[in-house]
Amino acid sequence: MHRFANPARFMRLSARLLPWLAGATALLLAVGLYLALIASPPDYQQGQAVRIMYVHVPSAWLSMAVYGAMALASIAYLVWKHPLAGLFTKAVAPVGAGFTALCLVTGSLWGEPMWGTWWVWDARLTSVLILFFLYLGYIALVGAFDDAERGLRVGAVLVLVGTVNLPIIKFSVDWWNTLHQPASVGRLDGPTMDTAMLIPLLVMALAFTLLFAVLALVRTRAELTWRKVEVLRLFQAAGE
Amino acid sequence: MTILSAEKIACQRAGRLVFRDVSLRLDAGGAIVVVGRNGAGKSSLLRLLAGLLKPLMGSVRTEPSPDDQRRMFGYVGHHDAVKPTLTALENLVFWAGLADRREARARAELALEAFDISQLADLPGRILSAGQKRRLSLGRLLVAPARIWLLDEPSVALDREGVRRLEGEIGRHQASGGGVVVATHQDLTIAGAETLDLEAHRPGQRTAGG
Amino acid sequence: MRALWHLIRRDLTLVLRSGTDAGAALAFFVVTVTLFPFGIGPEPEILGRVAAGLIWVSALLATLLSMERLFQADYEDGTLDQLLLAGVSAEAIAMAKIAAHWLVTGLPLLIVAPVMAALIQLPAGAYGVMIASLALGTPVLSLIGGIGAALILGARRGGALLALLVLPLFVPPLIFAVGAIDAAALGLSPRPNLLFLAGLLAAALPLAPVAAAAAIRQVLD
Repeated sequence: MHRFANPARFMRLSARLLPWLAGATALLLAVGLYLALIASPPDYQQGQAVRIMYVHVPSAWLSMAVYGAMALASIAYLVWKHPLAGLFTKAVAPVGAGFTALCLVTGSLWGEPMWGTWWVWDARLTSVLILFFLYLGYIALVGAFDDAERGLRVGAVLVLVGTVNLPIIKFSVDWWNTLHQPASVGRLDGPTMDTAMLIPLLVMALAFTLLFAVLALVRTRAELTWRKVEVLRLFQAAGE
Repeated sequence: MTILSAEKIACQRAGRLVFRDVSLRLDAGGAIVVVGRNGAGKSSLLRLLAGLLKPLMGSVRTEPSPDDQRRMFGYVGHHDAVKPTLTALENLVFWAGLADRREARARAELALEAFDISQLADLPGRILSAGQKRRLSLGRLLVAPARIWLLDEPSVALDREGVRRLEGEIGRHQASGGGVVVATHQDLTIAGAETLDLEAHRPGQRTAGG
Repeated sequence: MRALWHLIRRDLTLVLRSGTDAGAALAFFVVTVTLFPFGIGPEPEILGRVAAGLIWVSALLATLLSMERLFQADYEDGTLDQLLLAGVSAEAIAMAKIAAHWLVTGLPLLIVAPVMAALIQLPAGAYGVMIASLALGTPVLSLIGGIGAALILGARRGGALLALLVLPLFVPPLIFAVGAIDAAALGLSPRPNLLFLAGLLAAALPLAPVAAAAAIRQVLD
C-alpha cells in the first residue's frame, strides 16, 4: 500500500490507467443503458417504471460503497498518515454525495407512479437520506478550516464516527419504520429476479463502479495538483 | 546534564515551511533565548518543544530525571488562560489543585505575592489589565512546578518592575536545576543564556548550524 | 480521575457564575415547546398525539444550541494547551466538559419537561417513561454533541456546521425515546425501546469521549 501512497508514483500510474478506465466506463455505460432502457422487458407489475431501477439500485450500492472506501481511507490517513488517503477521502466525498442524491431522486421518481407520492418515509429511503446528510456534513466540515491539512484530519475523524453510527442509524430507522407501519407495500427487490433484468442491472452496477473509479482518480489527481500549486506559490512568496 | 534536546527539527504551519534544521540542547540550570523577526517561528518552536505541535522532521527529546518530581513543561503563551468569571486567586487555585491538591490555596497565594498581585486576589479575571493577566499567567509557573519553562514573549505588557520580578523567578528556577527557553524581542537579563537566532534557519537560506 | 472531578467542578463554577448561559438552553426548550401549539393548533387530541415528539425534538435542539461553544472558550484562551501540558488526557478533558454540560442542560430539562408535557397534553400514563427516556437519552445527546463540538473547534461557521454534523447522529436516540413514550401512551410496554436507549448510552459513554479527544488532538497537531 505504501508503494501507492507515493504521490509522484500515483500521478504516473493514474495517468497511464485513466484513458483505459474512461474508455471501459463509456463502453459499459452505453451497453448498460441500451440493455436497461431498450433491450430489457417491462415489468409485469411496474411496467416501464422498472427501468428507473437500473439507475437507482447501482447508485444506492455506490452510495454505501463510497462511504466504505472513505472509512478505509480515513483509517489509513489517521493511523499510517498516508498523505494520499486524506486527499482521496476529500476528493470522493462529493462523488459519493452525488450517487446518494441520484439514488434519492430516482427513488422519488419511481415512488410517484408506484406509491402515488414523491416521498415515503420508507426505512431504506430514510437511511439513504441520513447518509446524504453525513456526506454533506463531511464536505462542509473539511472546507471550514483555513489549514487544509487540519480539515482533512478532522474530516477523517468524522467519517469514522459516521461509520460506527451508520449501522445504528440503519437499525433504529428499520425499528421506527415497523413501529409506524408505513403505507408503502411495494418493495424494489422481489424475492426472485428474472435474468433479463439481472444482467442489465449487473452491467449498470459495474459501469457505475468504473465511473466512480474514474472520478476518484481524476479528482484525487486534481487535489494533488492543487496542493502542488499552493506549495509553488509559497516558495515564490519565500523568494526562492 | 541535558534535560531537553532537539535534533534538526523543521516546522510546517498551514502548509508553509517556517524553519528547518533547528537543533538545541538545554542543560539543567541553563537558558536559551530564541530570537528572530515576526513569523520566524519563535512561538511554533516553543509549542514544538512542549509537544503541542509535531515537527515535520527531526525529533525532540526530554531526559527524565528520577529525583525530580516536577512535571516536564511549564508554558506561558500568547493566551493567558485566565477565566474571566473566576477571581485571580481562584484561577491560580484551579491550576495549583490540578497539579497537587494539598495546600493548593496557600501555593496560589504565594504565587500572587511573587508577582505582586496579592491585592487583586478577589477581583474577577475579566477586569484585570493585560499586564495583570500576564502576571497571573506567570504565577501558574509557580503553583504547578515544572522542570522546563517555555516562555513565549513573557515580558509583553509587563512594566519594568514586573520584568524584574520575572527575571528573579527565572533565576530561582535555574538555581533549582530547571531550564528555561524564552522567545523574546526585549532584552531580559538571564544568567548564562545562549541565543538561538531563527533567522539562520529560514527555508531557502543556507543553514548556519544550530 | 481526580483531574476529571477537578475539571467538572471548575466547569460547573464557570457556568453558574455566568448564569445566563446556563438558563439559555432551558429557556430555549420552554419557548420552543410553547410555540408548537401555535403551529399545530390547540386541539388536545392532536397535541397529545405528537407531545412526545415535540418534547424530544425541543430537547434535542436545546442541547445543540448550548453545545457549540463547549470547547471553544478553553481553546481560544489557551486553557486547552495548559490542561494538556498538565498531563490531563484529551479524553478526560472531553469527558469532563460533556459531563458538566449534561449537568447544566440535561438535568434541568428532566425537571422542567413534565411541566411542559402537561402544557401540550402528554397522555397521563406516559410521564414516568418520558422522564426515564430523558434520563437515559439526554446524556447520549450530550455525548454525541461533544464529538460535534470537538470536530468544529477552530472551524469557520461553527453553529450551522454543528447542526449538520450532529443531527443525523441524533436520529437513533430520538427514535427510541419517542418510541418508548408512545408505547407507554398506548398502554404497551416501553421496555424494548428503553433498553435500546440504555444500550446507546452504554455505547456512547466510552466511545464518544475517545472520538472527541481524537478530534481535539487533530486541532493541536
